Amino acid sequence: MAPAVVIEKLQKRYGSVDAVKDVSLTIESGEIFGLLGPNGAGKTTILRCLCTLATPDSGQIEVSGDSVLTHPRLARQRLGYVAQEVALDKVLTGRELLELQAALYHIPRAQIKGRIAQVVSLLSLSEWIDQKTGTYSGGIRKRLDLAAGLLHQPDVLVLDEPTVGLDIESRVAVWDFLRQLRTAGTTVLITSHYLEEVDALADRVAIIDKGLVIATGTPSELKDGLGGDRITLRLREFTPAAEAESTKAMLQALSFVQDVIINEAQGNSLNLVVEPQSDALLTIQQALKEAGLPTFGISQSRPSLDDVYLAATGQTLLDADLAAVALRDPKKEKKQSMR
Amino acid sequence: MSQTVTPPQANLDQLRPAGGTAAIAAQSSEFSDFVQETAALTKRLFIQLQRRPSTLMAGLIQPVMWLVLFGALFQNVPPGLFGGSENYGQFLGAGVMVFTAFGGALNAGLPVMFDREFGFLNRLLVAPLVSRFSIVAASAIFITTLSVLQTAIIIAMSAFLGAGLPGLPGLALVGTIVLLLVVAVTAISLGLAFALPGHIELIAVIFVTNLPLLFASTALAPLSFMPKWLQWVASLNPLSYAIEPIRYIYNHADWSLASVVMQTPFADVTLAGSLLVLVGFGAVALLSVRSLLSRSFA
Repeated sequence: MAPAVVIEKLQKRYGSVDAVKDVSLTIESGEIFGLLGPNGAGKTTILRCLCTLATPDSGQIEVSGDSVLTHPRLARQRLGYVAQEVALDKVLTGRELLELQAALYHIPRAQIKGRIAQVVSLLSLSEWIDQKTGTYSGGIRKRLDLAAGLLHQPDVLVLDEPTVGLDIESRVAVWDFLRQLRTAGTTVLITSHYLEEVDALADRVAIIDKGLVIATGTPSELKDGLGGDRITLRLREFTPAAEAESTKAMLQALSFVQDVIINEAQGNSLNLVVEPQSDALLTIQQALKEAGLPTFGISQSRPSLDDVYLAATGQTLLDADLAAVALRDPKKEKKQSMR
Repeated sequence: MSQTVTPPQANLDQLRPAGGTAAIAAQSSEFSDFVQETAALTKRLFIQLQRRPSTLMAGLIQPVMWLVLFGALFQNVPPGLFGGSENYGQFLGAGVMVFTAFGGALNAGLPVMFDREFGFLNRLLVAPLVSRFSIVAASAIFITTLSVLQTAIIIAMSAFLGAGLPGLPGLALVGTIVLLLVVAVTAISLGLAFALPGHIELIAVIFVTNLPLLFASTALAPLSFMPKWLQWVASLNPLSYAIEPIRYIYNHADWSLASVVMQTPFADVTLAGSLLVLVGFGAVALLSVRSLLSRSFA
């Protein structure tokens, strides 16, 4: 059986911006695949090319073995696309929107009513479905959009940042729902710039940065591949820079410490990469005590997906995200998304 | 802005994917699919109209105001000054009819433009439509229906105001002329909705086109009132080729396709000639818009 989605050497440029430089991905049938990366990394452009909203400059995209470039209609029938911005017609009721959607996907007339009843009960929408979508709250809008994407029972459900703007409870509900979809055999492709979302949800992850794939694998493969444990040490709530520097020099002398970074954004806390050894924490605490230094907090953890991103790009995902947001040109992006 | 979603309890059987290939293979003919998608898109436009009837009301009130207020403006001109028309109200009827249909058709692209801007169009474009021309067809059906309705109201209203009523063949021809014009202008407006960057630009185009085309036509005054250069402009304006035949049909019970309805600076134009010009205008509009849409729908 062909993989659910194969993307090969995808390139797409908008004007002078290389949105996607060179992306190759294989998404197996029945998995939840996460595209992780900061804003502006090219995640949405990849999805737009997959869902036939944008034409790649070069490269191949296949859905279940058929090219989306030569068989766009087949691809559209197999894919369900849930965009980041929920676009509803506020004058229509939820049911009328689903009826329109059903006709656009050519669901036989006799089945439309039953299919709508199914997705409405699946997403617990019965209370709202006959009200105009203009009255919906953000969470309900998202749920209706999910229902619309699932109405034609797609092989692959494609979701662009599905939980942006939702509270934690709603986010977890969406995650649970996507896991149920996977259990039922639907392939799920999501983009996200939330580390914890991809870590919690995805069977496999591709980390995207500046239009390139910088790492692919299961979340634990990627994290284990880095090696070493992470220790975060805070001497005081706000540690003076000089004290942080001298402590850094002292800790670097320890044999099991591979690297020490001073994080100015967190009151000069010290981030250490250490060889995975059980007594690293104790040894450091002992050394601090002997030097007469206080300890506000100290913790040890396995590497996170953020560390994977940090190792590959030299900055944290959050920093990259903030920098990208500052560089964004909303007008240009609007133009790209309009057809 | 964030909202709570209560965890849905899913029945796994209902979530099972259908298999897109099987779904397409099981479909009925492409034609019935095209009808299904066009009907659904048209229905959406009529639901919008029903829930937001203000544009329809304005579209019906405006021509009536034209007839009553503007018609009264020249009420006391000497009889016979406006060609064969008995009074200015009768003369104006044909102009208002064409101008109203023209204005409605010119606005046809606006809803499509808003769908583009709000991302709703993307929802349509990721769906496996048989042909994306169903999006255009739905708008055309919607606008045409509205225009026919408006024209019927204007015909009734001007009959009530004393403009008279042509016989059935005449009415049918009036309807045909309005339809020809509406189809052509709707096509242009829909083309602009895809070619221009946003609704501000589209509204600007509508704004600079609408009234000047009205004044540079024979809607408000006959050709003989105009200076030579304006006669030329009005004779090249497609609106004149819709207005003059309708006016002629209203004024002459004995009209025929060979009747001369307009004396332009370059030629005498017959009723059949006017129809031909309108058909040509529509064909050129549809063809040029077709290539434009093919590009943005590729």
